[in-house]
Amino acid sequence: MHSESQIREPLILGHKTYAQITDDIIRPVEGKANKYWYMLFTVACLTFLWGLGCLSYTVGVGIGVWGSNNGVDWAWDITNFVWWIGIGHAGTLISAVLLLFRQKWRLGINRSAEAMTIFAVMCAAIFVLFHTGRVWLDYMLFPLPNQFGSLWPNFNSPLLWDVFAVSTYFTISCVFWYIGLIPDFGTIRDRAINPMVKKAYNLLAFGWGGSARHWSRFEEVSLVLAGLSTPLVFSVHSIVSFDFATSILPGWHTTIFPPYFVSGAVFSGFAMVLTLMLIVRKVYNLQAYITVKHVEYMNIVIIVTGSIVGVAYLTELFISWYGGVEFEQYAFLNRATGPYWWAYAAMMTCNVVSPQLFWFKKIRTSLVATFILSIVVNIGMWFERFVIIVPTLCRTFLPSTWNMYHPTFVDIGIFTGTIGMFFTFFLLFSRFFPVIAQAELKTILKISGESQKKEVAEHAHEPAPTHAH
Amino acid sequence: MAATISKQIIHGIYDDEVPLLEACKKLKSAGIKIKDVFTPFPIHGIDPIIGVPRTRLAICAFIYGLTGLGLATLMMWYMMVSDWPTDVGGKPNWAYYFNIPAFIPISFESTVFCAGHGMALTYLLRCMLVPGARAKNPDPRTTNDKFMIYLELNDEQAHKAEALLREAGASEINHKGTITEKLAY
Repeated sequence: MHSESQIREPLILGHKTYAQITDDIIRPVEGKANKYWYMLFTVACLTFLWGLGCLSYTVGVGIGVWGSNNGVDWAWDITNFVWWIGIGHAGTLISAVLLLFRQKWRLGINRSAEAMTIFAVMCAAIFVLFHTGRVWLDYMLFPLPNQFGSLWPNFNSPLLWDVFAVSTYFTISCVFWYIGLIPDFGTIRDRAINPMVKKAYNLLAFGWGGSARHWSRFEEVSLVLAGLSTPLVFSVHSIVSFDFATSILPGWHTTIFPPYFVSGAVFSGFAMVLTLMLIVRKVYNLQAYITVKHVEYMNIVIIVTGSIVGVAYLTELFISWYGGVEFEQYAFLNRATGPYWWAYAAMMTCNVVSPQLFWFKKIRTSLVATFILSIVVNIGMWFERFVIIVPTLCRTFLPSTWNMYHPTFVDIGIFTGTIGMFFTFFLLFSRFFPVIAQAELKTILKISGESQKKEVAEHAHEPAPTHAH
Repeated sequence: MAATISKQIIHGIYDDEVPLLEACKKLKSAGIKIKDVFTPFPIHGIDPIIGVPRTRLAICAFIYGLTGLGLATLMMWYMMVSDWPTDVGGKPNWAYYFNIPAFIPISFESTVFCAGHGMALTYLLRCMLVPGARAKNPDPRTTNDKFMIYLELNDEQAHKAEALLREAGASEINHKGTITEKLAY
């Protein structure tokens, strides 16, 4: 076992033992939910139901109930799709990329972040599935043999690449998440007293026992899945950006889109992880495992990715001027000063200015400031997608098709409905599943635990013990 | 005619992974075979001591990945070239290589899809982790904070092993009866 520099701050606070880690993390699953949980759950469920109602209305009456029109044929649907799928990216980034880089602080947050990924991709899927208009024909997105003759989807189309990318991303994320959950379900099963509960978790735990052979394979699977998910996560948002970048519309047809979209996705995803984790650590009393240091690390990721996004915005502006194509120049002028200037202003303020506040240590270690800014960032990232899509489509090449886009109550209802669905699922997850990967967290206790680090420091100048008891 | 041999089952329980590793080393140098070790979390460096060979799951993943790549290529070649060469701007797709850049994203996704799912399924089946399977740990405390060495030994070795387990700092040593095994010739 190796020890870690004393300069590094501990990642598990207080004097914790292995048994205490189990207790602290599993107790919320075993105990009863408090009234705040029920209150939040009721609100989330009602919002979700309202969204379901709006979706049924869309299916029953037709896609005309949305505000999308002949010019602006992509609007809230694709804005919300890209927003949600971007949010999902942080989960994979934390569990895969940070695993490859051996960042131990990922272990406090990876489980919830992965859950967030899965629920966010489900929300994103709703928009792409329903924006086709006839949701019952969505099976035709896949290359299935059919009765229409040689009718295959077009593999040259980025929209089809998206179908493959998003379905691969969703299923691989689910598998990665579940494989990590199996040992923790085993722990819940072995602690359960109520026979029904024991039965349920026995079913979920797949018979896990923690044998050395199984752990060895477990680690190999996690490592390889992380290696596969890393390029996957970059490919998914690159392909989402191809939906725009391979078109010929000014403002969309830019080669900067893939890296710009990926960093924007990580930026908004980390913001959403922060929003959720700040609530979770408080509600479930996990301050010892999700520490201020974790929050600070995530805020540093937000500064980096937020700055990349800022540079991308400025590069776009510069190139549209420097490129000398008047259509491109007009597209950007229209974004900043056209009818949707306020969306552009909101995007610029929330995404370019607000993350720079995290350069101040006081702000990035303040939980209240972080919570507020994490929501500001996600508002900004929603406006970014809106700015890319709507102002571009409402001023296309043919001035006779110029028109405005206004969302209807159905558009707004479906969007708030997905937020309700996201929180419904997340609340259920935090109620029945361990929100921290407790088995894996135990591996860093001796290296990064506060009291364990202190002990190492106190014995630093003594000769090394020859025999450990 | 197969002769049988009766073996004792011994659970050596530890409160920490350090004495457990110590005990494993001692047992190994005494020539005693460790049947298995059950721990609440992965213990790094234990595999060579107790003789767990390096897993070949990564090789499986590579093979599944190649399969995925092959399947995607075959599918896109059949649909876009062989069955119906799509005519885009008067340029039908007569050969796969005409259009290969457009096929890269789906080739990649399919590689990842098959490698990831294939590997995960192989892992679950190789460890016999299936929904509703019986718990594989003999003592439920090993998923919380106890570390167990599981031994199946004949009487003579059992005696020696017990002393070694105790010497390394076992918090409990439990005898769990005997099993009979067919003696291999």
